[in-house]
Amino acid sequence: MRDEKKNKDVLEEVTTGEYKYGFVTDIESDQAAKGLTEDTVRFISKKKNEPEWLLEFRLKAYRHWLTLEEPDWALLHHPPIDYQDIIYYSAPRPKKELENLDEIDPELLDTFNKLGISLEEQKRLSGVAVDAVIDSVSVKTTFQDTLAKHDIIFCSISDAVKNHPDLVKKYLGTVVPYTDNYFAALNSAVFSDGSFCYIPKGVRCPIELSTYFRINAANTGQFERTLLIADEGAYVSYLEGCTAPMRDENQLHAAIVEIVTYDDAEVKYSTVQNWYPGSKEGKGGIYNFVTKRGLCKGRNSKISWTQVETGSAITWKYPSCILLGDNSVGEFYSVAVTNNYQQADTGTKMIHIGKNTKSTIISKGISAGRSNNSYRGLVRVSKNADNARNYSQCDSLLLGDKCGAHTFPYIKTGNDTAIVEHEATTSKISDDQLFYCQQRGIDKEKAIGLIVNGYAKQVLNKLPMEFAVEAQKLLAITLEGSVG
Amino acid sequence: MGKIKKTVYPLEEILIRHFSNHFERLSSHDIPKVTKMRREAMAAFQQTGFPHKKMENWRNTDMEGVYEEELAVFDREIPFEKALSEIFLCEVHGFEARVLSVLNGSFYSSEEEKLTVDKNGVIVGSLAKAMQEYPELVEKYYGEIMQQTDGFKSLNTAMAADGVFIYVPDNVEVENTFQIINILNKPKLVINVRNLIILGKNARLRLLHCDDSVNHHAGFINKVSETYLGENAELELYKLQNLNNETALLNQTAIHQSANSRLKVNVLSLNGGLIRNEITDLMNGEGAWSDIRGLYLMDQQQHIDNQVFVYHNMPHCNSNQLFKGILDNEATGVFNGYIYVARDAQQTNAFQRNSNILLTKTAQVDTMPHLEIYADDVKCSHGASVGQLDNEALFYLMQRGIPFDDARMLLLYAYADAIIKEISISALRISIEDMVKRRLRGDLSICDRCVLHCSNPASPVIFDIDLSKI
Repeated sequence: MRDEKKNKDVLEEVTTGEYKYGFVTDIESDQAAKGLTEDTVRFISKKKNEPEWLLEFRLKAYRHWLTLEEPDWALLHHPPIDYQDIIYYSAPRPKKELENLDEIDPELLDTFNKLGISLEEQKRLSGVAVDAVIDSVSVKTTFQDTLAKHDIIFCSISDAVKNHPDLVKKYLGTVVPYTDNYFAALNSAVFSDGSFCYIPKGVRCPIELSTYFRINAANTGQFERTLLIADEGAYVSYLEGCTAPMRDENQLHAAIVEIVTYDDAEVKYSTVQNWYPGSKEGKGGIYNFVTKRGLCKGRNSKISWTQVETGSAITWKYPSCILLGDNSVGEFYSVAVTNNYQQADTGTKMIHIGKNTKSTIISKGISAGRSNNSYRGLVRVSKNADNARNYSQCDSLLLGDKCGAHTFPYIKTGNDTAIVEHEATTSKISDDQLFYCQQRGIDKEKAIGLIVNGYAKQVLNKLPMEFAVEAQKLLAITLEGSVG
Repeated sequence: MGKIKKTVYPLEEILIRHFSNHFERLSSHDIPKVTKMRREAMAAFQQTGFPHKKMENWRNTDMEGVYEEELAVFDREIPFEKALSEIFLCEVHGFEARVLSVLNGSFYSSEEEKLTVDKNGVIVGSLAKAMQEYPELVEKYYGEIMQQTDGFKSLNTAMAADGVFIYVPDNVEVENTFQIINILNKPKLVINVRNLIILGKNARLRLLHCDDSVNHHAGFINKVSETYLGENAELELYKLQNLNNETALLNQTAIHQSANSRLKVNVLSLNGGLIRNEITDLMNGEGAWSDIRGLYLMDQQQHIDNQVFVYHNMPHCNSNQLFKGILDNEATGVFNGYIYVARDAQQTNAFQRNSNILLTKTAQVDTMPHLEIYADDVKCSHGASVGQLDNEALFYLMQRGIPFDDARMLLLYAYADAIIKEISISALRISIEDMVKRRLRGDLSICDRCVLHCSNPASPVIFDIDLSKI
């Protein structure tokens, strides 16, 4: 979950028109000046009281970023981004709290109800100042106790820099180096905050960790950085985002997620992304450029990515696994839905380096409206990856004749014992299925929701239970109005 | 990306120099359109230079070695002495082909056979000659089908002086199979060849296109073939490649398909240092149908790159691609299949499949089966696999008393058969079957030169012609 504050922004925008004007002026002191220079980087670092080594890291990244060109290989079309027209740091700011749910945009409430989010949670999400806040504090406390009992570190990355500098220093940038790509370099230079999690040896995290309930949940800002380490034999299931519509004033997001797993460790990383996709006419919306990568460092380790992508005007995201340890396993399950003028170019990379490594890719793309949805993935089996095994399945579903569905798999095999399989199909919803549902009295829109859910089942099943239920409803909502 | 001008390679210099020094001779047979195209294309080539590994379609094929070579441009006409068909003795029982030879980039025949018009109106011969005798025909199609998407195509447009021209008028079904033999017999040549094949309405043609080496010299062939299929026309195209390990062959074929035309392509790559086949199938008419297959058997340090682009620009078209490969030793293979379905190209069926067998740890394959689809009422699928022979099948054969080597051969052969069995000319199929068997056994080398006498290995192979004399 991004944060409650941003939600508030949107609600405020919708409900109280005059509010935002008086607001921007008085917090100027807490913002970096527009544009990106070395000074901006220093400013951010200073604001956050960072040690010298982190500033160095940021500066190196910034200088490298200057040498790079924005990548243009993805099948995405957007007006050029002016990187000097962005405010790279703005401190979390207090918001006016709403009195009760009546003040909330009815459309948003409607969505909450459809998603089946409880009333308490609705209030929390939309920032209504009621008992919910107290509730969440109590929730937090319980969480903190549980985690402390198991010596699990779970905090914001700024806190981690202060309290566990050795750990951060050891792992930051090891999986996604700042030289990795354009957006990774940008993030490394200006990342504002994010989460840090360390699961000690042999610990099985008893709860699903979620940024949504995160202790010290603050405004993580647009350049989020997540670092997740599972030591030997550890297990954690980590959730990012939430199903509720997340509206955000930031146009550009460039996040990094790094995961390291040691021997026998397992990390399950689930994402539900539902940011503002822009208007029906394709105006506005979030540009989301994310670098996510996991390193299976130890033997028998496992990293599993599950994502449900329904938001953002532009999605550029390739959660990857480097299968370095022998017998390690990488998994990628994805549902990406695009509607109206949304564009998604998403997929994964599975790099087999260790022996007997296995990877599975299941990608389900759904395009509607005038959107474009691409799967782009790489499976690489290096010379010494004996007995590597990969299975990929990438299906696309087209709803409407103005949208596009594309598949760009890359398979590089350099080992004769490898077995790599890739399959993909593209089709529309069959008229037979639709007819069957309709003649049973299910209206067309619901029928499509039903069929789409069945189509995405393989992936949705991989989500933690509560999430899965919401995600199913989310699919139907995203596709609302796409049926002509 | 790619905007930065890189170093100028020796070969690039040679070509540019040759172009400016010998432009008169190069364009001596041209129609005005072609001369104009040459100038534009050379300007474009000087801008872009050779394709390099930073380019998306070239990332897996490194031609740098070729660019560094000091190759010579060969544009002299070779006086005709002896028909190549005699040298290559194409005696396949029941297979009667009309042989069209291209030697070092020029159409090779006696003067009176440079361009012939058959009774049924079929025009066959040298492209340079056709430009003079049928300028309106050439003008209409030349350069209209192949897009100048990279440096090699520009280079070919600028430099190619000759090649094969075939025109089949409306409603003519050609009975004979036409066979194009493309040969290099001089060392260290860079050759630009251009073919133009036009099939009118309801026309039908079977074409066998052979690329062979007759020696072990290095060479580079940059070939562009433009093919136009009129309404309801049918073309069967077989490409057979058996080259030496020093030769780099770039085979760029673009096919325009009008409504209800049918296209069958079968690419058989058996040997060759570096082979890249680019097939662009433009389905520009409703109801077009195509089936594009390929088989590649590579070993040593050979490199094969198959690039297939199928554009479904109109509704109701069907396409199918199947490419299979076996890679041995340090061979590397690339498959890049691309299906594009345009908006409103409804009722499209497009299938694509690539499978590979790696026999050694050092062989490598990169496969990229891409789909780009903008219409919803379509059925498209693609698949790719890399693996080994089925151990259970191997075990089954061995427990029936078939030794390991034979069992393995049998399975490899069965694997390749999906491509070979599609060859509709039975005599040709038999000889190719035989050749693939020999290739898999390792008996077939480029010394066999022309492939077409393989069906009867016992018959004397006549090779003792002194090639230096032609």
